[in-house]
Amino acid sequence: MGIETLGWLVLACPLAGLLVISLTWRLLPWRAHGWIGTLAIALSFAASIGTLIALQDRAAEERHVVAVAWNYAVSVGVDAQLSILIDPLSVYMICIVSGVSMLIHLYSVGYMRSDRGYARFFAYLNFFVFSMLLLVLAGNFLVLIIGWAFVGAASYLLISYWYRRTTATQAGIKAFVINVVGDVGLVLGTFFIFDGTRTLDFLQSFERVGEAFGTNDGNLVAGCLLLLVGAFAKSAQVPLHTWLPDAMEGPTPVSALIHAATMVTAGVYLIARMFPLFEQAPIAADVGAIIGCLTLLIAATIALVVTDLKRVIAYSTMSQIGYMVMAVSSAAYSAGMFHLLTHAFFKALLFMAAGSIIAAMANVQDLDRMSGFRRAMPFTFFAFMVGGLALAGVPPFSGFFSKDEILAFVAARGGWHVALAIAGYVGALLTANYTFRMIFRAFFGEPCPEAKELEHGHLHHAEQPANPATGEIEDTDVGFPGPDHQIAEWEGTMKGAMGVLAVGAAGLGVLQIPGVTDVVHHFLEPTFEDSRYYNTLEPSGTLTAIGLVTGTVLALLGIFVAYRLWVMSPAIPGRLRERFASLHDFLAHKWYFDELIDMLVVRPMAWVGRFARNTFERVVVNGLFVGGSSGAVKAGSSAVRAIQSGYLRFYAALLLLGLCALALYFLVSS
Amino acid sequence: MSISWYLIVSALVFAIGAGGVLIRRNPLVILLCLELMLNAANLALVAFARMHGNQEGQIFALIVMVVAACEVAVGLGLIVALYRRRLPIDVDQLRELQG
Repeated sequence: MGIETLGWLVLACPLAGLLVISLTWRLLPWRAHGWIGTLAIALSFAASIGTLIALQDRAAEERHVVAVAWNYAVSVGVDAQLSILIDPLSVYMICIVSGVSMLIHLYSVGYMRSDRGYARFFAYLNFFVFSMLLLVLAGNFLVLIIGWAFVGAASYLLISYWYRRTTATQAGIKAFVINVVGDVGLVLGTFFIFDGTRTLDFLQSFERVGEAFGTNDGNLVAGCLLLLVGAFAKSAQVPLHTWLPDAMEGPTPVSALIHAATMVTAGVYLIARMFPLFEQAPIAADVGAIIGCLTLLIAATIALVVTDLKRVIAYSTMSQIGYMVMAVSSAAYSAGMFHLLTHAFFKALLFMAAGSIIAAMANVQDLDRMSGFRRAMPFTFFAFMVGGLALAGVPPFSGFFSKDEILAFVAARGGWHVALAIAGYVGALLTANYTFRMIFRAFFGEPCPEAKELEHGHLHHAEQPANPATGEIEDTDVGFPGPDHQIAEWEGTMKGAMGVLAVGAAGLGVLQIPGVTDVVHHFLEPTFEDSRYYNTLEPSGTLTAIGLVTGTVLALLGIFVAYRLWVMSPAIPGRLRERFASLHDFLAHKWYFDELIDMLVVRPMAWVGRFARNTFERVVVNGLFVGGSSGAVKAGSSAVRAIQSGYLRFYAALLLLGLCALALYFLVSS
Repeated sequence: MSISWYLIVSALVFAIGAGGVLIRRNPLVILLCLELMLNAANLALVAFARMHGNQEGQIFALIVMVVAACEVAVGLGLIVALYRRRLPIDVDQLRELQG
């Protein structure tokens, strides 16, 4: 099979899975749909690997294949085609997306087993994977925008998957609205770039960007900043990040797939894909780097105080994506993409393990209520530990190599980028701290009642299912979580998926060990061959060595501090909280971002909406336009109706009168 | 005799017919008045034909008579139908077709 066919197959498989599940959900036994969905993604992953092999068979300078299915609108000055671009960067992404998605589908087969919306869940998941693959394979801005919007819609559907839970539907709406802000940014940015390059195609616009725009041309900077708005909304960067923690209302596999491994990295991919534009507009790239750095610090500080297990992981996702955005905006493309790969593995793993604990707690997510799960759930503990060590950046786990590579490359840019790298190291310390705060609180200490029950071989079930956030009473029918909970220890599919991810999270660092291997960098080279920095930006040996040592020391220090605080003397955190009460409040309220956005955007908009409804709609539209036109017609018709009296002699008189008038007219005019 | 006398008589008869249509309420009388108006027109047509010395006006008069006969047939039919249905023989009361 040719590489183009394989590329289209990657897209076709999840789409076929979506259609099959949607059309047969009443016909087939309901357990079948999980396997259909998983099979579709597995085929897509196989096709991705096939594409990878076919791409590697080509010479390095021929590794850009644009496959055009048909021309949508090709006429004067517009070249809208349905085309996909197969090059190392997109192939790298489709392998990650389809591979991790396959494992998460497999996990969901077990985890969602008792849920009444089983088939719907897998249809949504397949739709999401299709959209994400469309986004990363897009060969022009048009297809990119379509994929971008589809991904936002799929995210909305999956966050509000338990659609009878008010908190879930509200979180879905919030995510969708913020994502639409990003969509608008992306579309407007595309207009700015199209205005200069006069083409929608990626490769052609990258070729023309040099002649169309000067360095830091105002239009290009505006376009790139608008693209960044799109990237920030999708990747949950400050200040468009508030939807991500709320998105944890969705089922845990969704958090693992969309809100950790794939969708939220779309922004990183976008910045890396548009590198010729950002290198031509360094101001925009600098903005991206600074925002990424701010996000990683803000999210890490919030993660220190949040007590909801999934929200802690969500903030750590924000923080890690901050690293990636900082990297790709500072031209450390291969480092950013490498961290994207390792992050997809260890973060999906962490979420899956968290899902297992939440199931054992009967849907309770509060860290304050968990403790001592180490003996009750040995496999989950092992998986969480591997993921946590990788996230904290402890050698030799994968996160260590990828994070330190980012920081070394950013530092190698010199100038003020060094400050960003130092902030990144501060973030690394915080990361190790909050990660092991989670682990020590959930797995160590005196076992909580649920853990004790599990040690006796019985899974805890709440007497009455309730929303863990609000305490509202729920049932277990469709639209709410199912009656049974699945933990990894008892489910083969969950165990299998977590096992593969744990191997990846532990070992993927070997791809890119400084001074030893350089797989990712070499693989991505054809995509970035025209980059100003790709082959020149290289941290020196000493810098790398200092970075590696600092990273190790900070990670271990963070873990040690967490150990001191939450294992050795658990009274200290409470005392610290009292001593720094205002700081704790500030962090616990998430830096008051929600309140700020509420005050600056939501309330004025709601006021404008009320004004439009009460004043404009009622007075101007209803009163003037609708009422005015209907009133004119009514008055006219009643005047005409009055003539139709029904008196025959009246009609005759009118006839004569008219005749006389006519005769008079001719007499006068002749 | 000049043509004006004929035309004066014609106009007079026409005016009498029109006045009758306007003021009488009995449909039979209205029909008679319509007949008067038509015949006034016939008189004018024949007078003009005579003045010009050709037959076109006279032919027109014959056609008007045919039309008048048709109209009387329809009109009398209507009046008979009204009578059979025991409806009032008064055009002012027959006004259901108003808008």
